[in-house]
Amino acid sequence: MTGKLISEGSEWTFELIERYEREIARVAAGYGLDTYPNQIEVITAEQMMDAYSSVGMPVNYHHWSFGKQFLRVEQRYKRGHMGLAYEIVINSNPCIAYLMEENTITMQALVIAHAAYGHNSFFKNNYLFQTWTNADAIVDYLLFARNYIAECEQRYGEEEVELLLDSCHALMNYGVDRYKRPSTLSAEQERRRQKEREDYRQSQVNDLWRTLPARKETASTQDEQRFPSEPQENLLYFIEKNAPLLKPWQREIVRIVRKVAQYFYPQRQTQVMNEGWATFWHYTILNTLYEEGLVDDGFMIEFLQSHTNVIAQPAYDSQYYSGINPYALGFAMMTDLRRICEQPTDEDRHWFPDIAGSDWIKTLDFAMRNFKDESFIAQYLSPRLIREFKLFSVLDDDSREQLEISAIHDEQGYRNIRQSLAEQYNLGSREPDIQIYNVNRRGDRSLTLRHTQHQRRPLAKSSEIVKHIARLWGFTVRLESVLENDKVELTQECCV
Amino acid sequence: MTQVIDRRLNGKNKSAVNRQRFIRRFKSQIKRAVADAVSSRRIDDIDSGEKINIPAKDMSEPVFQHGPGGRREDVHPGNTDFVTGDRIKRPPEAGGGQGGKAGNSGEGEDDFAFQLSRGEFLELFFEDLALPDLVKTQLTTLTDFKSVRAGYTSDGVPSNINIVRSLRGALARRIALRGPHMKRMREASAELTALQPVTGFADDEEQESGPRIAALEEEIRHLKRRIEAVPFIDTFDLRYNNRIKQPMPSTQAVMFCLMDVSGSMDEIRKDTAKRFFILLYLFLKRNYERIEVVFIRHHTTAKEVDEDEFFLSRETGGTVVSSALELMHETIRERYPATEWNIYAAQASDGDNWDNDSPKCRDLLLNKIMPYLQYFAYVEITPDNHQSLWQEYQRVADICPNFALQQIETAQDIYPVFRELFRKRVT
Repeated sequence: MTGKLISEGSEWTFELIERYEREIARVAAGYGLDTYPNQIEVITAEQMMDAYSSVGMPVNYHHWSFGKQFLRVEQRYKRGHMGLAYEIVINSNPCIAYLMEENTITMQALVIAHAAYGHNSFFKNNYLFQTWTNADAIVDYLLFARNYIAECEQRYGEEEVELLLDSCHALMNYGVDRYKRPSTLSAEQERRRQKEREDYRQSQVNDLWRTLPARKETASTQDEQRFPSEPQENLLYFIEKNAPLLKPWQREIVRIVRKVAQYFYPQRQTQVMNEGWATFWHYTILNTLYEEGLVDDGFMIEFLQSHTNVIAQPAYDSQYYSGINPYALGFAMMTDLRRICEQPTDEDRHWFPDIAGSDWIKTLDFAMRNFKDESFIAQYLSPRLIREFKLFSVLDDDSREQLEISAIHDEQGYRNIRQSLAEQYNLGSREPDIQIYNVNRRGDRSLTLRHTQHQRRPLAKSSEIVKHIARLWGFTVRLESVLENDKVELTQECCV
Repeated sequence: MTQVIDRRLNGKNKSAVNRQRFIRRFKSQIKRAVADAVSSRRIDDIDSGEKINIPAKDMSEPVFQHGPGGRREDVHPGNTDFVTGDRIKRPPEAGGGQGGKAGNSGEGEDDFAFQLSRGEFLELFFEDLALPDLVKTQLTTLTDFKSVRAGYTSDGVPSNINIVRSLRGALARRIALRGPHMKRMREASAELTALQPVTGFADDEEQESGPRIAALEEEIRHLKRRIEAVPFIDTFDLRYNNRIKQPMPSTQAVMFCLMDVSGSMDEIRKDTAKRFFILLYLFLKRNYERIEVVFIRHHTTAKEVDEDEFFLSRETGGTVVSSALELMHETIRERYPATEWNIYAAQASDGDNWDNDSPKCRDLLLNKIMPYLQYFAYVEITPDNHQSLWQEYQRVADICPNFALQQIETAQDIYPVFRELFRKRVT
C-alpha cells in the first residue's frame, strides 16, 4: 500500500505537484471533466496579495482603488485577521491557477483539484461563460487596456484619467449587456480597430447634436419622440456612444471598463454553482485518490479539516453568520443531486421525476452547463436540503409593524422557500433597476435616468453616483423613480 | 497539457503603483493624520512609520444600491423554533443579524487603517517644511557606514594582510605537508644507521647491504628535496583582516531645545516650534549614534523639563531669556563636556524679552556658550517687528558662523535656519 502513495509528509516539491496533477487529471478525465489546459503558477504570499488587489487578474490597469484593496488585505493579513485564500483561478485559456508556496502538499493537491479542474471545467462549459466571456483573449485584452490607459495617463495626466475611471467604476454594474451577446475580444483587433472607432464615434456624436435651424417647425413632433426610443439598461454603453463631450480616448476608457465588467458579469451570477461545482469535484477527486490508495490517512484528515471549514454554514443566530455561504449551499446541492440520481427516495421521485435514478455524471454535467445561480436553485433545491439547512424565509414589509416568517422547512413552505432563495440570487432584483430614459436633445441636453421600483424598495443615497454620471455626460443628469403605482418622482438632480 | 511555473522570483511589488496612487489620492486625510502624529509623538520617536486611520466613508466607491424599506423576503438557515406565520419584532436598524445588506445607511463605518512606512511618513512630514530634495533624501536614507572588523577572509588587498594569522596558517600547512615525508625520513635514517657498518665488522656483510644503503641514501636525498619543496608561505596561507560596513553614525550628540513658554506662545506657535525641533533632531539622528535631548523652558526663570511638560504646559509672566541660556551653560558644564559631546541647540521664541536682558544674552552666548557649540539655531515665531533680542542675536550671528537665526511665520520658513547646517554636511 505505501508503495503506491504519491507523497508522505507535508513538504511539496515541483515533482510532487506534477505527480499529483497527473493523477488528478487522470481521475478528472475519468469523470468526464472537460477543461482548458492548465497553467499552474507557484507564488508567494505577497504575490497572492497583489493578485487579490487587482481583482485576481494577472495584469490590470492602475487605479487607487486597487491600492486601497491591497492595503486592506495586507493589513488584515499581517494582523492575522484572515488567512489568504488558498487559490485564485482565472477564467482564461490556458486557465491560470495560483498555488501559494506556504501551503502543504495536501493543500496544493486540493487547490489543483478545486481550481484547475473544478473551476476550470465550469469556466469552459457553463453557458454564461461561453456566451459572455472570451477566455482566449482576456489576458491580452487586459494588457492592451493597461497599456492604453498608461498612455492616456502620460498624455492627459494621471488625475484626469483617475477621475474618469472613478466615474466608470461607479457604473460598472450597469455596464453589461444582459441579453445581447457581446462581440468577442481580441487584443490585436482592439488595437487595430481602436483608431477607426475613435474617428467614427466622434463623427456619430457630432451628428447627433447637429441641430439645423430649418427644422424648427418639426420641433413639436420631435419633442414627443424620446431619445433613446427604448430605455437603455447598459449605462456605460450609452455613455460611450452618446455622451456629447467625451473625447475619443475617454470613450475608449469607458469601453475598457465596460468590457471588464462584462467579463466579470457571469462570475457574479454563478457564485453558488461555480464554488459548489469546484468544491464537489475536489471532494470527489481526492476521495477517489484515497480509495485508490494513492494518498494516506494523514492527507485525508488534513484535507477534510480544511474542506469542512470551507463548507461550514453558521445558523442565522450565530455570531459568525453573514448570509448563506455559497460554498456550503453549492456543495450541498451538487452532492444532493448525485444522491438523487443514485439513491432517490419517493420524495425525490415526486419532485424530480426526470433525474431521480438517472446517471449522476450526466445529470450534474447538464446542470453545470445550463444554469446560473437563480435558475439552478429554482430547479434543483430539494426539500431534503431545505430541511437539512433548516431554511426559513422572513418577510420584511415596511408597511407592517412586524416581520413575518413567511415559510419554513415544511411541506407548505418548500416551494415558497425555493422561490425566495432563487430570487435572492437574481442579480436583476438584487440591484436596483436603473435605465437611461431620455435625453433632452433640443433643450439643455440633460440626461434622465429612471429607477423602476421593485417591491417598493427605494434607492439608497445616490447623489455621489449621479455626480459621477454627470461628469461623464457633461450636462445635467436627473434620476427619477417610478413608484409601484406608476407615479414618477424626481430623486436626484445634478446640474453641470 | 499542464504547465507548472515557478513565479516566486517575479517581482512582488506589483501593487506598489496602486499603493502610491492611493496615498496620493487621500493625501489630505493622510497628511492630517501625519500632522496629528507629529504633535502627539515624542521628538525622538519621530523617525518611524505610522498607522493611519481614514474614515471609511471618505473613501467609499459609490454604487447604486437598494436602501432600507420596501418589501423584501430573505431566506436564512438554521431555523430552530419559528413556524410559518410567526411575527417577530423588527430588529433595530443597526442590528446586523439580517444578512449582509443591512449596512448601507451609514453604519459599518470602520475606519480604514493602514501602516505608513517610515519613508512615506517622513516624506509627508517634510512636505510642509520646503526642504530641498537633496536634504530630504539625506534625512530619509540611512547611508552612513562605519567599517567594523568581522573576522578574516582569504582574499583582500595586501595592506590588510594579517601576518600572525597568515604565518600560523603557513606553519600548520608546512607541518601537514611535510609530516609524512619527515616520518619516512626518520625511518629511513634509522634503518641506514642500523645498516651502516660498525667499525671492525666483516666486509661481506657490508657487501650484502651495500645496494640497500645506496637505495636508502637515495631515498633520503629525495625526501629532503620534497621537504624543502614545501614553501615557507603560500598564497593559500594568506589571511586578510575582514572589514564590513555597518550603517552607523559615529558619535554622540546632545540637543538642547529652548523654548519660551510665556503666555504669548500659543498652540500654533508651539506646533511650529515642535517641527523646528524635530527637524534638528532628524538631522542629528542621521549623524550621531547617540542623541540626548534636553528640554529647557523658560519665562522669567528657566527649568529643565521632560518633553510632555515642555510642549503642554503654559505659563504666564514676563520673559527673561538669559535664564535659559544660563541653565544651558550649567548643564553643559555639568553633564556634557564638549570633548565628549557634540552640542547643538535650538531655540524658539516669540521674540519677547525683557529689554535689559538681551545684551546679557549676547554676552552669555558669545563668551560662555558658542565656543562649545556645533550649531545654534534660533527661530522667532512672530509676524511682528523684531525686538531687542533679535538685534542682539544678529550681532552674535555676525561673529559666529555657526549661529543661525530666522524669523518664521509658517512651517515652510523653518528650513532656511538649517540651511547652513545641511549645506556643510552635503559637501
